[in-house]
Parts: sequence; structure tokens; C-alpha cells
Amino acid sequence: MATKKMAIIASKGTLDMAYPPFILASTAAALGYEVQIFFTFYGLQLLRKDLSSVMISPLANPAMPMPVPMPVLVQILPGMESMATMMMKQKIKKHGVASLQELRDLCIEADVKLIACQMTVDLFEFDKSEFIDGIEWGGAAMFMGFAGETDVCLFV
Amino acid sequence: MNFDKEFDASGLSCPLPILKTKKALADMASGQVLKLVATDCGAVKDMQAFADQTGNTLLSTTEANGAYTFFMKKK
Repeated sequence: MATKKMAIIASKGTLDMAYPPFILASTAAALGYEVQIFFTFYGLQLLRKDLSSVMISPLANPAMPMPVPMPVLVQILPGMESMATMMMKQKIKKHGVASLQELRDLCIEADVKLIACQMTVDLFEFDKSEFIDGIEWGGAAMFMGFAGETDVCLFV
Repeated sequence: MNFDKEFDASGLSCPLPILKTKKALADMASGQVLKLVATDCGAVKDMQAFADQTGNTLLSTTEANGAYTFFMKKK
């Protein structure tokens, strides 16, 4: 049987949206899939050496469960984002959910190919040295070369 | 049931029990049996799906006091 393949586009850089690509990629790899994740736009934040700037915001996120009902005008106060992120990370730890760093390490260990969008780096004038080693830099055509042959292809 | 290796994934959530099962099986020989304990109730269906898709055999699944015990035979 030919090896199954999965490709994911990771376009979001918030803590909540960081989980689906890494969870699915690491699991698919464990099931024997060959996996690639293409990180573009805000998704590129998930490839930084330092993941501490990956946060979650209650703003414009009405589905986020809050310990107490919080009006939008309160959510915009300084420090609310840090607080929400801290609480989310505590919840993640308490429930035995892997940290982002741990999941990313598991993906790398399982040979998931991580591709960073070159255009995004140029657009936002990012410094490539701030990103982890072992990733590849590429564009849409490079992604399509692999995506066109996959069994599962997702946009997150 | 006899087993060759065991590990405890209690307290870990999806997908960690699966990822750790995969790792544990990696250095085992064909036909050997792995015993795994998990408390994530989602692991019951996930472990069966893992076995179905990887060709390893899930010999049994039992539950006691909120903990699930799996025996997986390596392909």
C-alpha cells in the first residue's frame, strides 16, 4: 500500500488556532502518513524559536468560554490578552493537553516537513534567524507539488 | 495477559496517548505486546482507529475506575 499523505496550510498565529495543525500533523505521522505543513501569513509565528508571543484573545472571539461574562469594552483593557493566554495555558496543563512547544517537537521528531512561506517573510520583513532550524522556505507552487498528491488537504 | 512492555499515559489528553503508543511500539519486535493505561476516554476509539490504520492488533480494552487498559500487539 502506498504511503498516505496529508498537507495542511496553517494561516493563523493565535494559541487556539495553533493546535489543530500540530495535533493533526503529529497524529497523522503516527498513523504512517507523510505530512507537510505550509505556514503562511500569521501562521509563520508558529515557527518562531520563541513561542511565548503566541497568544489567545477573547476579543472578536465570542465563542471563547469565560469564567465570568465579560463585556467587550472590558476585553479591550490592557493586559486582558496576557491574562486570557495565561489562563488558557493553565487549563491546557491541567487537562494534560500537550504544550505547543511539545507538539511542535513531536512533529519534528516524526519527520513532519515544515515549510515557511517566503513571501510572508518578505512582506512582514521578518528576520529569518528568529525561526527554528530545519524548516524549508518555499512558495505556493512548491506546496501544490506535494498537495496535489495528498489524500487529505486542509486549510487552517 | 502477558506483555513485553508497558507505559502509563494517565492524565494525558489527545493526541498524546496515540503519539506515545507509536513511540513505545517503535523499539519493540513484531509480535510483542504493549500494555498501555490511559484516562482519556477519547483514547478508546482513537486506539482502535490507530490499530486499524497501522496494522497493529488491539487485543483488548478494559475499563476500571476511570482508567482504560489497552493491550496492543505489534504488527
